[in-house]
Amino acid sequence: MSISLESILQLCIVLPLFATLGIVVTGRYPNLREAVTIGTSLVVFYFVLQLYYGLDRGESISVQWWQLLPGLQLSFTIEPLGMIFALIASFLWIITTVYSIGYMRAHNEKNQTRFYAFFAIAIGCVMAIAFAGNLFTLFIFYEILTLATYPLVTHAGTEAARKGGRIYLGILLGTSIAFFLLAIVSTWFVAGTLDFTTGGVFGPNANTAVVGAILVLFIFGIGKAAIMPFHRWLPAAMVAPTPVSALLHAVAVVKAGVFTVLKVSALIFGIDLLQELPTTQALLYLAAATVLLSSLVAMRQDNLKARLAYSTVSQLGYVTIGALLASSSGIIGGSMHIAMHAFAKITLFFCAGAILVAANKTQISQMRGLGYQMPITMAAFFIASLSIIGIPPGGGTWSKWYLLVGSMESQQWIIMAVLLVSSLLNIAYLLPIPIRAFFPGYQTSPAKFTIKEAPLASLIALSITTVGSVVLFVYPQPLYELASGILATPGTIHGK
Amino acid sequence: MFLGLYNYWIVVVLMMIGFYIIIAHGNLVKKIVGLNIFQTSVFIFYISVSNIDGGTAPILAEGFNQYSNPLPHVLILTAIVVGIATTALGLALAMRIKEAYGSIEEEEIQQRVNREC
Amino acid sequence: MLAHLPILQVIVPLLAAPSCIILRRPGWVWLFALLVSGSAFLISIALLQQVMDSGVIVYELGGWEAPWGIEYRIDKLNAILGLIITGISTIVLLAAHTSIQEEIPEDRQTLFYVLYLLSLAGMLGIVTTGDAFNVFVFLEISSLSAYALIALGRDRRALWASYQYLIMGSIGATFILIGIGLMYQMTGTLNMEDLSRRLPEVAQTRTVFTAFAFLIVGICLKLALFPLHLWLPNAYAYAPSIVTAFLAATATKVALYLLIRFTYSVFGGSFSFTTLPLQTIFVVLGLLGVFAASITAIYQKNVKLLFAYSSVAQIGYMIVGYSINSTAGLTATLLHMFNHALMKGALFLALGAVMYRIGSVELRDFHGLGRQMPFTMAAIVVGSLSLIGVPLTVGFVSKWYLVLAAIENGWWPVAVLILLGSLLAIVYTWKIVEAAYFKAPQAGNEQVREAPLSFLIPVWMLVSANIYFGIDTRLSVQVATAAAQSLFGVGP
Repeated sequence: MSISLESILQLCIVLPLFATLGIVVTGRYPNLREAVTIGTSLVVFYFVLQLYYGLDRGESISVQWWQLLPGLQLSFTIEPLGMIFALIASFLWIITTVYSIGYMRAHNEKNQTRFYAFFAIAIGCVMAIAFAGNLFTLFIFYEILTLATYPLVTHAGTEAARKGGRIYLGILLGTSIAFFLLAIVSTWFVAGTLDFTTGGVFGPNANTAVVGAILVLFIFGIGKAAIMPFHRWLPAAMVAPTPVSALLHAVAVVKAGVFTVLKVSALIFGIDLLQELPTTQALLYLAAATVLLSSLVAMRQDNLKARLAYSTVSQLGYVTIGALLASSSGIIGGSMHIAMHAFAKITLFFCAGAILVAANKTQISQMRGLGYQMPITMAAFFIASLSIIGIPPGGGTWSKWYLLVGSMESQQWIIMAVLLVSSLLNIAYLLPIPIRAFFPGYQTSPAKFTIKEAPLASLIALSITTVGSVVLFVYPQPLYELASGILATPGTIHGK
Repeated sequence: MFLGLYNYWIVVVLMMIGFYIIIAHGNLVKKIVGLNIFQTSVFIFYISVSNIDGGTAPILAEGFNQYSNPLPHVLILTAIVVGIATTALGLALAMRIKEAYGSIEEEEIQQRVNREC
Repeated sequence: MLAHLPILQVIVPLLAAPSCIILRRPGWVWLFALLVSGSAFLISIALLQQVMDSGVIVYELGGWEAPWGIEYRIDKLNAILGLIITGISTIVLLAAHTSIQEEIPEDRQTLFYVLYLLSLAGMLGIVTTGDAFNVFVFLEISSLSAYALIALGRDRRALWASYQYLIMGSIGATFILIGIGLMYQMTGTLNMEDLSRRLPEVAQTRTVFTAFAFLIVGICLKLALFPLHLWLPNAYAYAPSIVTAFLAATATKVALYLLIRFTYSVFGGSFSFTTLPLQTIFVVLGLLGVFAASITAIYQKNVKLLFAYSSVAQIGYMIVGYSINSTAGLTATLLHMFNHALMKGALFLALGAVMYRIGSVELRDFHGLGRQMPFTMAAIVVGSLSLIGVPLTVGFVSKWYLVLAAIENGWWPVAVLILLGSLLAIVYTWKIVEAAYFKAPQAGNEQVREAPLSFLIPVWMLVSANIYFGIDTRLSVQVATAAAQSLFGVGP
């Protein structure tokens, strides 16, 4: 049975939505319900792989759905950046589902059907965003993603969850309606099209003042990229259960944000135009400030998830910097960072969740000597931290390398300095955690702890993602090839 | 100017009187009276406009070839009926409000409404 | 038969109204009213098709030629309005029988249907007629029956709201009458088509300016344009639920239709926008209305009152689109008329279901409703998302066109303000969502069941329409664009 690649593309988006139905129907039978999720996630990943092979062979795959408004079609196209996003999202869905099974059951969470159902919808939206062929399609699913993840963020139903949900929804919907939508309508008005095109859509005679203003609207409007001052939703979203924080706020939602930033920079503005706009420099400094400030705030957080949240804000700033550097290395570095950071951060969040479930600890100050109780978890934490910091054997080494090269190419010395300083800050707020876990110092002695690791499913999950981080360091070629194909004309994905 | 356009002056005066009564008085029935006066001024306006200098009643008759315009009369008949319906409805409402609130003074009713909210 | 469709559109409900009294039992009356409304809907569809195929339909009443006889004139603009009015009326009536059992005493239920059909006939008359005075007559028919309908509400505040609406509405109608009279005085005709031909010669006189001013103010009173909106919130909040659902979706749209009709077709766009600085006045008042009403809505404890203020805000949006005075702006306004009718119809009908089950629409009584009445609350959530302007709902389509029209006209600040207004909608709708889904039910409210099917079906019909027309926008966009173009004299 051979299905055409076009159908596979549509299935990638539609299958998760069908899975939602399946989950709701099998809600009373947890094992069956989880099987639906795992089965769908495996199928979706398989399909995404098929699409990747198709792209690798040089095929162009695109699908047009109906026209929603005159001139504005819902359309999907495969291109390298979307491929990166889709691959990591679909792969990590499988892993997160495995993790969630362990976590949710060990933690005796309520409303698990609702959880898995909205998760599936969210992943469907992520697939649609990854494959969006024009800005209009992307915006539609971007908004739906915000709404679909709201019930996940407020899963606990407590007062704190409600408040966190308010900030989450308020900032994300607020920025997208007030700025992002305005930017999109303005682009439509100025350029006449919203299709993602190599070299941008604004043409050679663009009025740089107006287009510069539109760039500002985009950067502030894409709230999911957590550029200051619209970053508060990320820490606020930490009221969500850890699997949600892991997949959505380390992978899906935040990556949708920076993915959009990259795509808009590369394929709506085009790096040549970006270099000429008056506002690019200011926004670049804003992204750099976000990187530094959030790292500083992260250092002061005692709650592990909060620290990881601010770390994410900082790391997202890297990708935005990569986009705004307006050089090919910057785009490559930013795109690679999407993948590197995804694997590293999800591992860190998995560890945080494991620590919560197995040892009932949330505050870093309580985690001295935890390495003797949860050795695998803390070892994974250590390796993932290396990736965030940008040291071998963490995959983050490569993405950081290309970002540094990009800042050198654009002669942005300040940005280079910021990237280097930020690595130091990363060391400061990440490394102490695993180090103190294994070398607790004079207060505690190892003999007190017996091994009580995370639930098996969660352990497997976080081990896989750790290994993934290392694999990306050792074997980054496919990722690099995809990333360098973003700026190439279609059909020449290998940059030839 | 005043004497030649006296009908318009009457219209304006009546209109303002009616309008003033609606706004200034708190008694529900008085408001309806004011509304009536306001509407009557408009009737007078239409009818007075229809009168042609030197024209006779709009009934075909030998020897006359200038008639007053009958159309506004017709329009005003309709408008009068509308006015009657409005008055009737308004008075009925005033009665029901009296039953429900015990008063037909706007201030007292407003106080009781505000207390309920 | 087909040739007489324009007059049948109005006559059928008009004659059916008093006929209701013949049938004794309210159940029979309900079926009859539903049948009548449904036939009116079918007629409006037929008329829309005719207009889209062959252009303007002109029908002379009694065979008397215009401008002496009364003429009914259907073009694309009134065809779509007729569709909206009859469509909403029919769908809302589906739930009427159940709803009024709880809200109106049995001996008055037949009279409710009489008034409802009269109001429907009145509104249809306003949109179909091509004669200015006929407009006044039907305006009063629909308004008087609306006053009486509102007064049927259970709460005694309904009486007070109805009285205030009566006073304000009658002043507005009388202003319109003055305007018509002054126009007649200067041109000698009442036929709109004829007026549009004769007015340009006498247009620069003070009389015509005065006529125009009186007309505009009178219509704006009926339109509930800020600051003449004071009658609307209480009238919508305390009326019976079915009445609110019907009026919220139709009454103000009809007034907006009158505004468009008089300024573009009768006086002509160039006159209308140069005599008074209408563009400035309307954009300012429209935006003020959006913000003032939205902010007031945030502080309301009564959910019906909240959505009533929201309606004032939405009317503000429509006026902003109108004030742009371009084809794009008018298209946006017409689209929003259609979309808003769907949104508010669904929301108020869902609120009617809540009222039916728990007898109150106070925010504190919404606690826990997310679990107890899942389908009803889901409908309210979708309707609210539509109000905010989330993609794939009709609200997004209107908002897109509105912002685009503002940008095309170079009015960037207005575009920004339009979008900021939507953010306020998030605040007041999310209060309801949080109350329903995050709070536990109050003591004494635990035994609430889901609304009966007679509510759920029409509510979900409207909600599905919200989503359907947000995805397949061909019908609404094509007709709105065609209507706007024909008003500007551009298209066919």
